[in-house]
Amino acid sequence: MVRVLLNVPKQVRKGEPFDVKLLISHPMESGQRRDAMGLAIPRDIINRLICTFDGAEVFRMDLFPAIAANPFLAFSVVAERSGTLTIAFVDDHGVEQTETSAVEAV
Amino acid sequence: MTTVVPAFHRPADTRRRFLLTAAAGTMLPGIAAASPIQVAVLIRRLVGDAQLDRGRVKLDLPVLVENGNTVAMTVSVDAPPGTVESLHVFAEANPQPEVLRLVFGPRSGVPRIQARIRLATSQTVVAIARMHDGTFWQDSVDLLVTLAACID
Repeated sequence: MVRVLLNVPKQVRKGEPFDVKLLISHPMESGQRRDAMGLAIPRDIINRLICTFDGAEVFRMDLFPAIAANPFLAFSVVAERSGTLTIAFVDDHGVEQTETSAVEAV
Repeated sequence: MTTVVPAFHRPADTRRRFLLTAAAGTMLPGIAAASPIQVAVLIRRLVGDAQLDRGRVKLDLPVLVENGNTVAMTVSVDAPPGTVESLHVFAEANPQPEVLRLVFGPRSGVPRIQARIRLATSQTVVAIARMHDGTFWQDSVDLLVTLAACID
C-alpha cells in the first residue's frame, strides 16, 4: 500500500468539467540506476492507472519509467450526476490499489 | 589574425580531454539512450498511413530544465471533450522513449493531462493526439537539461 492523495472538489456542477489532482507516494524506480555496489536496482514503477467515475471510464493511462518519482497527475472529469471517482493502479509487482472519493453534482 | 597556442598547452589539453572522456565513461555505466529514429518508428506505428500535422495539441514544457528528475509537463488538446481518443508522449534521448500513453473515456472532461516527468538529457519531446475522427496532431519542444535524470 502506498500513500495516495486524491484532491476532488466536494461539489461540482452537473455536466461541467472539473479538475482532479492526484499524488501517489511511489519511488517509481526506473531500473536504470545502480546501487553502491554497482548492481542494477530493479525496475519498480506504477505501470497502469485507470480512472473511472461511477463505473464509466475517465481515462486509462500507461506509465513508463519516464514518469517522475511520486507521480503527480492533474486531469479533468465530467459528472452528469453525483457519484464516486475511483482511481485504480497496478505496479510492477502486480499489486493493485484503489482510491475513491465521493463527488456531489448539483 | 590567428591565435598562437603555446606548444606546451597542447599535451595537457589532450590529456585533460582523455581524462574527461574516461571519467564520463565510468560515470554512465550502460545507459543506452533511445534515438530519434526509434521515436520515428514508434510514431509511424501509431499513426500508420494517416497524416500527422502540427497544431491543436499543445505540449507545455520548460525550455530550460534545471533538474531532469522532475519536469512539470502539461499536454492539452484544443478540442471539445469527447473528441480526443488518446495522447502519446515520447522523449527521444531517454533510455526508453515512451513517456506516457493515455486513452480518454466517456467521463473525461477537458482533454488535458498534467504530469511530472524525467528527462535524461537535452532533447526533443514529442506529444501526439489521436482524434476520434482519425486525424493525428503533434507538438514538440526542444529543451535543455542542466541536471540529468536517471544517473545517480
